[in-house]
Amino acid sequence: MVELNIDIKNEQQKARDEIKKQGFRVLVCAGTGCVANGSLQIIDKFRELGADVSVMTDYDKITIVPTGCHGFCEQGVLVNFPDLDLTYVKVRLKDVEEIYDALKNHKIVERLLYTDPHTGEKIHKSEDINFYAKQTRTALANCGEMNAECIDEAIAKRGYEALSNVLKQNDPNAVIEEITKSGLRGRGGGGFPTGLKWKFTAANRGGKSYVVCNGDEGDPGAFMDRSVMEGDPHKLLEGIAIAAFAIGADEAYIYVRAEYPLAIKRLKIAINQAEERGFLGDHIMGSDFNLKIHIKEGAGAFVCGEETALMASIEGERGMPRPKPPYPANKGLFGRPTLINNVETLANVPVIMLKGADWFSSMGTEKSKGTKTFALTGEVNNTGLIEIPMGTTLREIVFDIGGGIRNGKKFKAVQIGGPSGGCLTEEHLDIPMDYDNLIQAGAMIGSGGLVVMAEDTCIVEVARFFMNFTQNESCGKCVPCREGTKNMLKILKKIVGGKATMKDLDLLEEIAHTIKDGSLCGLGKTAPNPVLSTLKYFRDEYIAHIKEHKCPAGVCAAMKKVVIVEELCKGCTKCARNCPVDAISGELKKPHHIDQSKCIKCEACLKGCPFKAIVLE
Amino acid sequence: MTEDKKTLFIEDKEVEFTNEPNLLEVIRKAGMNVPTFCYRPDLTSFGACRMCVVEVVYPNGRRVINSSCTMPPEKDIKVYLNTSRVRRIRKTVLELLLANHDKKCLTCEKSEDCELQRYAKEYNIINIRFPDKDLKDYVPADDSSPSFVRDMNKCILCGACVRACSEFQGQAVLGFANRGSKTRVQPMGGRPIEEVDCINCGQCVAVCPTGALTIRNETDKVWDEINNPEKVTAVQMAPSVRVALGEMFGLPSGENTIGLINAALRRLGFDYVFDTNFSADLTITEEATEFLDRLKTGENLPLFTSCCPAWVKYLEMEHPDMLKHLSTCKSPMSMMSAVLSNLMPKNFNVPREKLTVVAIMPCTAKKYEGKREQLVTNGHPDTDIVLTTKELGAMIKSAGIDFKALAPEDHDSPFGEYSGAGTIFGASGGVAEAAVRTAYYYATGEELQDVDIKQIRGTTNRSKSVELDIKGTKVKVRVVSTMVEAEKAINEIKNGTADFQLLEAMACPGGCINGGGQPNSFDDSSIKSKRAQGLYKEDEELPIRKSHLNPSIQKLYNEVLEHPGSHKAHEMLHTTYKDKFAGSYKDL
Repeated sequence: MVELNIDIKNEQQKARDEIKKQGFRVLVCAGTGCVANGSLQIIDKFRELGADVSVMTDYDKITIVPTGCHGFCEQGVLVNFPDLDLTYVKVRLKDVEEIYDALKNHKIVERLLYTDPHTGEKIHKSEDINFYAKQTRTALANCGEMNAECIDEAIAKRGYEALSNVLKQNDPNAVIEEITKSGLRGRGGGGFPTGLKWKFTAANRGGKSYVVCNGDEGDPGAFMDRSVMEGDPHKLLEGIAIAAFAIGADEAYIYVRAEYPLAIKRLKIAINQAEERGFLGDHIMGSDFNLKIHIKEGAGAFVCGEETALMASIEGERGMPRPKPPYPANKGLFGRPTLINNVETLANVPVIMLKGADWFSSMGTEKSKGTKTFALTGEVNNTGLIEIPMGTTLREIVFDIGGGIRNGKKFKAVQIGGPSGGCLTEEHLDIPMDYDNLIQAGAMIGSGGLVVMAEDTCIVEVARFFMNFTQNESCGKCVPCREGTKNMLKILKKIVGGKATMKDLDLLEEIAHTIKDGSLCGLGKTAPNPVLSTLKYFRDEYIAHIKEHKCPAGVCAAMKKVVIVEELCKGCTKCARNCPVDAISGELKKPHHIDQSKCIKCEACLKGCPFKAIVLE
Repeated sequence: MTEDKKTLFIEDKEVEFTNEPNLLEVIRKAGMNVPTFCYRPDLTSFGACRMCVVEVVYPNGRRVINSSCTMPPEKDIKVYLNTSRVRRIRKTVLELLLANHDKKCLTCEKSEDCELQRYAKEYNIINIRFPDKDLKDYVPADDSSPSFVRDMNKCILCGACVRACSEFQGQAVLGFANRGSKTRVQPMGGRPIEEVDCINCGQCVAVCPTGALTIRNETDKVWDEINNPEKVTAVQMAPSVRVALGEMFGLPSGENTIGLINAALRRLGFDYVFDTNFSADLTITEEATEFLDRLKTGENLPLFTSCCPAWVKYLEMEHPDMLKHLSTCKSPMSMMSAVLSNLMPKNFNVPREKLTVVAIMPCTAKKYEGKREQLVTNGHPDTDIVLTTKELGAMIKSAGIDFKALAPEDHDSPFGEYSGAGTIFGASGGVAEAAVRTAYYYATGEELQDVDIKQIRGTTNRSKSVELDIKGTKVKVRVVSTMVEAEKAINEIKNGTADFQLLEAMACPGGCINGGGQPNSFDDSSIKSKRAQGLYKEDEELPIRKSHLNPSIQKLYNEVLEHPGSHKAHEMLHTTYKDKFAGSYKDL
């Protein structure tokens, strides 16, 4: 046991007392999404009005607290009154005075309550909203409930308690053992057992080692890590500190993409505060453990999320992946042993150390423990950030948390794991979502992007979209990824353009497999996944594009056919006169006809027809 | 106790391995091979081209595909080189590369010497299923450099040039730009190569597997001069040419073919065949004198050798404050050209305007040196045309000369005689060794008995040093090849820790024998050592092994130049340097 010069329990009590002094708390979301909806102005307005606090019953003071992301970004700006168990959604600046008046008069602004899309019921408490009710928040536990720029709030929520315990115990191997026992696996995509990774890195203890936190969240639409960094940065710092202690590192880097300015700002504030308190820096809490945490801003390259490219980027080189082996555990940043974990993984560490491996592993499935965050987007009623126990079914996510498909449309598929993932269909709705089940289904958890598609989404177009993304974001180093994805994209464009043959489809599949087999890094090896998995489940749709020149979802412009319904056509000749390319012919007062070989699908005829006799097929 | 033998299996054949850095080297050592574009033994493994992929089966049955150039050898693994999976990857890679290539093999400088062309044939790529490169993606070739041409329409982005530039020269003149299929190799800011800090060493050209980087071919100019009845052509060739040219005609690396080269040059139609080794001896008599002068006064020490034009340009661009250390001696090539320009009119009755001086060099930077303004007399460059070893080989082939069947011939006098000291100029350490042999005599009046200074020989170590005792005076010599090593030596001087008085610096790793104009040797790092051995062998076999004992040199001083370091010698054989970027952004 090591004697520390900071009694964390004492600090907690002091922090809680401080927070009590704040009186009546109004939590206003100041995550990136809500900031875009004007939350900063709302906070200012509240503060302006808040001067008149005498009216607040039971409290002598009102404090407006800007928080991190609540996750329910679609309903932002969210304003929470924890003392009243009340949440307002979609709050705008103009609503603030009304809210304030209602508060004074002990009334509720009904129109700002969340309305259940199915029952039409008005809901007061956020916990009762389906979106939240089905979630289990571990990594995101404090996001949205505290001021991320105030270390006292983190301490009050038991921040740095796990670190204090670990330092007191002074047994790095015990930490690694606990993490191993918890069954935590990498949340960045691969799902590698975290404890094992720590063990491998710790085996090289002795010289200089590094911890690198991967916050280069590049998947389109994913923002789990951003929320942690913006909403609860101290939890991440604590996780990094515990990891560094376990593997014997005294320096750490957080690699954050430059597109996350708020996350960078809050992390910087958090690091400064933690250093001031003696929770980071030299002789942390009076122990012999030192840790300096740096922030490295990425320049927006998707490939820099790949660990070897990320390290190259920190070193000041072009962000190009390096071949493995050697693995970072042996030879990583600046040639030294390096532990590289993703933000969410590290954010799970303090809570595991605090509540125990058994508590953590009681959640999830046999081989995937704990909870996982997802960015739920697409054609569902409730979009936003969610955290659920591993093993939750897709059905629960889409229909309970997500509130079902928008506008009563039919569910078609989800694209999971971003551009490296794959798609899941109706047949997968009831399988428990974990690392291994998803791999088996040809998809992957990835970093946790979850895009829901309805019946009117063209699956080939989705594949083209993702292929376009990976092609643009390929680092250009290895041939299969650089040239192969370019040619896959060309073929996909041909298919959605109605110009492909079945031979093209064969070639598409063949290079997809070659790229998977032959690429240098994870990005390349997984780049063909969206194509391969959509081909697996929706081959018919590809074939329909090629053989029948039809887009079953009615999305692809090139497939659309403009036709005149003979029964409705009066032969007024207006369409023939409107047609810019002389594709329409016919005698006066007799049904007209469109020459498809000439038609450019401008739809000028359709828009101009007084009898609605022209339709899209 | 004997260590356990480590073995693995290649194509089911048990193969022993020791400290090979990667599986590809083990495969090659076992007498087998896999194709590669980006692997170069002297550069860091890159793993980009994916041609060297092999299928590996671990003892536990796990089967993986990995690039052999990046994978460390492991005990008991089974490696398969030609499974259908890896062959499919290689074929697809070739098809993809060819689709994005201009495929103008017939008019390509690198035709028949091109790895892409070779593997396309070996892998039977008859039909390319992918669409051709878009017309809008074609870019004009960059021919701004006097040394080489960059045609990015032929680039396969193997990154060998990028690595050579930064790992050898620390220059990083070439780098990757853009992402995805728009990725390009380009000089900083996409500017022409001659406008950035390129030192023309040509190592990028030497490692390029395709026609993307080729030596600027000036053979037609030489043919025109040879065939011009009004012109008298005099040719000189550098030491390194004789131990490398034979490789282009199936002779072993390092075999000294000077007699055959002399004969071939005459068959090609050159009127006078001289040897740069002669002027290498001349360089030594001048430089040794200069060195001793500086030792006496203690000024501008350490003395830098000035034979390597890439090194000279490097200093002019990166360290103009260091130029005072540089020997004022012209390089052997330029000394010879100066001697010919000055003496041919008198001694051979060939007026300068009728004389064409051609130099055959292992070096692309010499093409740049030939155009240096300081080496122009009365508006006429002292060296008219510089060809590389490769270009000479091409001329011999195009003339239909059966090189191997030639009867060896001697050089012309008097600018052909040379000592062993002149010939070892081609290997890193050779200039310093030659200088010491003569400096010893000049300083002490006695001949150095043991002329072999082995501590500064060898092509793998890029920074070597030796301390010599010149009758009580201790002299420390540092020998570096590559600018990365040179930079370290310069830093020592700048921070006051340098303990040497003479610095020999060459830009190419191992010296001129591994120059950017030499026949391809990128696959085998032992070639440069064989070439160097060829030079040291000639040195050993020559009757005269010290420059100041070369009778033609002595005659030149007696009849024309008076003595080493004389005013006349300075006028003819010394030059000046200048800050390349004076007044530019670097001064801001």
